[in-house]
Amino acid sequence: MVDIVGGIAKALQLIVTGDPTLYGIVYRSLFFSGIAIILAALWGTPIAMVLSLKNFRGKTIVKTFFNSLIGIPTVVLGLVLYLIFSRGGPLGVLGLLYTPGAIILGEAILVTPILISILTSAIEAVDPEIMSLAKTLGASESQASIAVLKEAVSGVLLSNIASFNRAIAELGVALLVGGNIAGLTDVLTTAISRYTARGELDLAIALGIVLMIIVFLINAVVIMARKARWLLTIWRMPQQ
Amino acid sequence: MKMQTWQKLLTVAVLATIIVIAGTVIYFNYFAKRRLIISTTTSLYDTGLLDEIEKQYEATHPVDINIISAGTGIAIQHAQNGDADVILVHAPSQEKTFLEQGWGLNRKIIAYNFFTIVGPADDPAQITGKTASAALVNILAYGRNMTDQSGQTKIWVSRGDNSGTHTKEQSLWKGAGYNYTEISKEPWYASVGSGMGDTLNVANQKNAYTLSDIGTFLKFEKEGTISSVALLTEEKSLLNVYSVMAVNQTVTANQTYHESINYADAMEFIIYLVSPETQQFIGDYGKADYGQSFFIGAVQPLKDNAPQPIVQWIQDAAYFNGSECPPQYRNGYPQLYT
Repeated sequence: MVDIVGGIAKALQLIVTGDPTLYGIVYRSLFFSGIAIILAALWGTPIAMVLSLKNFRGKTIVKTFFNSLIGIPTVVLGLVLYLIFSRGGPLGVLGLLYTPGAIILGEAILVTPILISILTSAIEAVDPEIMSLAKTLGASESQASIAVLKEAVSGVLLSNIASFNRAIAELGVALLVGGNIAGLTDVLTTAISRYTARGELDLAIALGIVLMIIVFLINAVVIMARKARWLLTIWRMPQQ
Repeated sequence: MKMQTWQKLLTVAVLATIIVIAGTVIYFNYFAKRRLIISTTTSLYDTGLLDEIEKQYEATHPVDINIISAGTGIAIQHAQNGDADVILVHAPSQEKTFLEQGWGLNRKIIAYNFFTIVGPADDPAQITGKTASAALVNILAYGRNMTDQSGQTKIWVSRGDNSGTHTKEQSLWKGAGYNYTEISKEPWYASVGSGMGDTLNVANQKNAYTLSDIGTFLKFEKEGTISSVALLTEEKSLLNVYSVMAVNQTVTANQTYHESINYADAMEFIIYLVSPETQQFIGDYGKADYGQSFFIGAVQPLKDNAPQPIVQWIQDAAYFNGSECPPQYRNGYPQLYT
């Protein structure tokens, strides 16, 4: 039978001794997800601003569209992106398949709907008076939008953290467009799947523990961010 | 007109996206070592053999080997999409079609070993010492006579992923006189659609039998991950032949041209694989740790025409028109076929 206790002991040993394979994978996971979130935030924030602050025809349809994409299975998106990035596919000439860039783009696309949806609701929840008040006080359209965004700061934070959570814990995109190449495109989830398939359970367990710690820490930050006002005060300081 | 905040942000977003794409493209084209993408059957990778070969090859060649481990079916798919430069596979029937359609070039048989049927140590279907056909007859009879026919209890676990092992399984069922399509729907039959390691894990958990290459099985047995045991011995129908092929850049019949396929490095790698030193290394791999070789180099035996009857078995199973690679599927590199 599988020796679970022994496996965990060996896994902890790998974590404590700073096993280079293990930490290489952890580093790549954090790096790819991190860049992906920056990209997604850059795409998503303006779209969320338009969706929440402007009125236009078809707004509900666009919102519903992003809402329903939140749950897109990662393998389905992975497959679609594989077909697009494949050398035989429409973007094949770029040679992006099986590169870190492909994973970053894929994960950014994956989390964009969740980021937009949370952020849109957060901005909509801000008192609309703030916008007009800021304008009355002489703020330009841009300055007024930023004022609203700052009011929605916990929503901004939550949307980014929830997105990071999804990116680092997803398997399908990284596996299909990254190819799970050791030392280049393997991340926590794909590496866990590889080492399980290879019967090297110690490393698989160690990676699983690290992934759980990361996800746990992220969620702790979310809870803190909701409760602790000091985070918000720091954010607002320069303005006051 | 003055740009609004969201328009500015969107501009930054577009720029950032372009930077990520351009950065990746520029890095891999100008700064990284040349890439050689190898799509491989899982057994060569999961046993750790390819990792070792990769290390040694990269130490002496200015190439970065990228291994995608997915099984023969997917390796062939990758090659057809132009997403692999070299494929390592073990399904002669699929390889034949692949060559005939023009996707592959310069096939070389690099190694062989034997499949085995593994199962629970108490061997409820009593297949120990039987031939593969007789073993499958017993397993099927046992499955059909089980009291639980609801599909909850499984006695046979299949890769079900169009891999080389799955291809071999289908031919074994046919060899035992059954219609594979029909029996694969029966309640005692489970298809996992996954790699060898996962399949072994499932078979072990379910106390079921499965077909495995000997290498992956030995590794899992040694690591203590499974308690299944190997029940069959070497025979012709269980022979497992591994081949390497370079992926063709130009496939006229399909009007495809993948310029980015790294043919030169692919051939360099094939020459390296069939060299006496690498062949020796393949044959020795696993001996020290597992007491038994995972794979046996096939190049020298095929040259020497010995040991028999194994060479004859290899030729029967994996030669096309009396050759490992008929001349029309070769492109340069005559030294490979002397």
